Amino acid sequence: MKRLFVFLPLLAAIGIGVAALWGLDPDRDPNGIPSALIGKSVPEFDLPAIAATGTPALATADLLKNQGPVLVNVFASWCVPCRAEHAVLSRMVEEDGLILMGINYKDKPEDAADWLDELGNPYARIGSDESGRAGIEWGISGVPETFIVDANGTVVFRYVGPIYSDKAMAAVREALSNASGGPS
Amino acid sequence: MIPEIGQFALTLALMTAIVQGIIPIYGASRQNAMWMRSATATSVLQCILIAVAFAALMRSFIVSDFTVVNVVANSNSLKPMLFKIAGTWGSHEGSLLLWALILAVFGAAVAVLGQNIPLPLKARTLSVQAWISIGFLSFMLFTSNPFDRVFPPPLDGNDLNPLLQDVGLALHPPLLYFGYVGFSIVFSFAVAALIEGRVDPAWARWVRPWTLAAWISLTAGIALGSWWAYYELGWGGWWFWDPVENVSFMPWLLGTALLHSAIVTEKRGAFKSWTILLAILTFSLSLLGTFIVRSGLLTSVHAFAVDPERGLYILGLLAVSIGGSLTLYAVRAPKMEPGGLFTPVSREGGLLINNLLLALATAVVLFGTLYPLFLEAITGDKISVGPPFFNSAFIPIALPLVVIMAIGPFLSWKRADLPGVVQRVKWVVGLSVLAMLVVWYVQTGGPVLAVVSVGIAFWLLFATLREWALRIKLGQEPLRDSVDRMRRMPRASHGMTLSHLGLAVVMLGLIGSSAWKSEEILFVAPGAQVSIAGFDVTFEGVTAVRGPNYVAQIGALKIMRDGKDLGYLNPERRTYPVAQSQTTEAGIRSTFAGDLYASITEPADESATGKWTLRILYEPFVGFIWLGSVMLVLGGLISLSDRRLRVGAPRRRPQAAPDTVAAE
Repeated sequence: MKRLFVFLPLLAAIGIGVAALWGLDPDRDPNGIPSALIGKSVPEFDLPAIAATGTPALATADLLKNQGPVLVNVFASWCVPCRAEHAVLSRMVEEDGLILMGINYKDKPEDAADWLDELGNPYARIGSDESGRAGIEWGISGVPETFIVDANGTVVFRYVGPIYSDKAMAAVREALSNASGGPS
Repeated sequence: MIPEIGQFALTLALMTAIVQGIIPIYGASRQNAMWMRSATATSVLQCILIAVAFAALMRSFIVSDFTVVNVVANSNSLKPMLFKIAGTWGSHEGSLLLWALILAVFGAAVAVLGQNIPLPLKARTLSVQAWISIGFLSFMLFTSNPFDRVFPPPLDGNDLNPLLQDVGLALHPPLLYFGYVGFSIVFSFAVAALIEGRVDPAWARWVRPWTLAAWISLTAGIALGSWWAYYELGWGGWWFWDPVENVSFMPWLLGTALLHSAIVTEKRGAFKSWTILLAILTFSLSLLGTFIVRSGLLTSVHAFAVDPERGLYILGLLAVSIGGSLTLYAVRAPKMEPGGLFTPVSREGGLLINNLLLALATAVVLFGTLYPLFLEAITGDKISVGPPFFNSAFIPIALPLVVIMAIGPFLSWKRADLPGVVQRVKWVVGLSVLAMLVVWYVQTGGPVLAVVSVGIAFWLLFATLREWALRIKLGQEPLRDSVDRMRRMPRASHGMTLSHLGLAVVMLGLIGSSAWKSEEILFVAPGAQVSIAGFDVTFEGVTAVRGPNYVAQIGALKIMRDGKDLGYLNPERRTYPVAQSQTTEAGIRSTFAGDLYASITEPADESATGKWTLRILYEPFVGFIWLGSVMLVLGGLISLSDRRLRVGAPRRRPQAAPDTVAAE
């Protein structure tokens, strides 16, 4: 009996080791904890427009009655990865014809307007979330973050960080085609 | 040129470690004294070579040599000197070098100071220590070379993560590593003893000072880390049960168990196999910690840059060291003869329960930390385990542990007189219940668990004082005799008293600041007022100030209580343009009774009204956490200075040692 007992620590260590080996898979993202919003309706929020851009404002109501899935992108002019992501999103809007909504998070409207002036404005609607209140409702952990909302206003996908790598773009495209009911 | 010298020294250190890993242990099995003695020279040489490498890296940071990749990534010419130096161990590569340095320092310390350790045991221990060195030095040279160059060199560096640019955190890693890595030598002693096949009370005596030294540093490192989190992160919390915190806490828990079980092995010759196992597991958990922090295995607020290839290398190291030592343990442990019989109610019995509870607590923390990984591996679900689990699983183990801990020192070895002990502590029980009732009366509405915990903390406090008073016969003899007795008592026993008192004080801090905390978060414009815990706070506005490598917005909060002016709190929000990030410097007004804590963040709506997000907390007794930690560390240091444990002290006559004064 004692002979078996002394092997217990070794067995526990092997168990942990195997799990750790599995966990080292480079495709695994330990930070990818799914948003609590997935499968739920979009949160209640009502944001003013950024006047200087001429783009309409964004509120919950604008996400409930769309033709197909839309992308909701949380961005800010002070966020450097957003700049990198901006080009990718603009191209996706142009090439894939998707609808992109923006939440301008904790940003001064004039800075955001300058930023969009400089880089171009791919957004169909932008809500200015100066206080960060809507960001809390959406449960974001940082900027940029991107959500996909389907035609009925249900959040179906969340991506944390810039959509920049091929992998990220593929993930977004896949989620989009799932949301619009099969490959488009 | 200098970085190349560092690189070269590091390579030589690896060669030296290989020699040290082979010759002494082979000499021990062949009983060749000369080969065994070579361990002293090689450990000292290895230590010097790694120190040269470390100095070379530090010099690159001090002069801001931007031809070195590591300096570019973690430093900036504008950074204050202290943080340039701290940048040396602020990165993955640099901190590994620090790891290796401390590993070698402990090896060299045993080689030079451990004159009384029998030659074969010493040779084997130092060889095992060298094996660990080989693992880490090769890891560094092959996957994470701190001396890699870059061409063309950039004009300036990317700056160290500003959160880390703080005095508390500059010192936190060296202390923590000293603790973590310090357990390596205990591990080496254990493996050497297993190879030798002999564990006796003398072995435990040689091992104890090293365990104690590592434990002291780890305690200080953890306390410093939590203090940093408290004033730098701006949340007013001091412990978050984050995986990275847990991996430093687990070796601490198990190291504490080891410290106590080694006493039993030393005094009574019992618990041999258990002490060896604890020695192996404590260092294994340190290694596991290193692995988790550097491999990106778990989600955490603070981790190094993640690289699966590095993770794989460390996992290989872990497999060899932990797997190898536990296999050796499984083969050799059944052959160790048990010694020292005792009845359940005895010092040994008390320490056994203490050990089991500490091991159980460690297992709970380990389970909670790794559970997300297991669950994801089996079901694919991703979750994170947070404070609710740890609090509900850890506290029910910790409280009984503290209850028993208070009685432990009253028990005598082999067989204790329970009615006698009860007789001696009855007033302590009364006082603790009284303290509990007073707290309950003053703070009605507080959680019941908190009131009970306060009672238990006071129980530990009073029982420890009572035991100390009994030992020096305070009040039973003239005061002069008591003082005389106190002087003659071994320092280790004063150390124990101070550390146990320290834990009681830490507990009071933990309970007070979590159960009776008041908190307000609000948007404020200059002139806004808020009342919290009897303080009237007025926000008077914000001024911008330039620091060396940052711009700060400093808030002014006027504090009044009952119409009396108590001065200002000045929380800061710093922006580091180079590193493109921001930090919070909390404004804290510390008093004995508690801290008034304020932090500010970005104007929530600057264009409109200039409003700031103000977070203001009152945390009763929070300072006790660090005061108690200081007592824990001091207690450990006093115990370490005990003649009996002092490294290199001449061996005492055998008849003087056994069963005289109970150390802990």
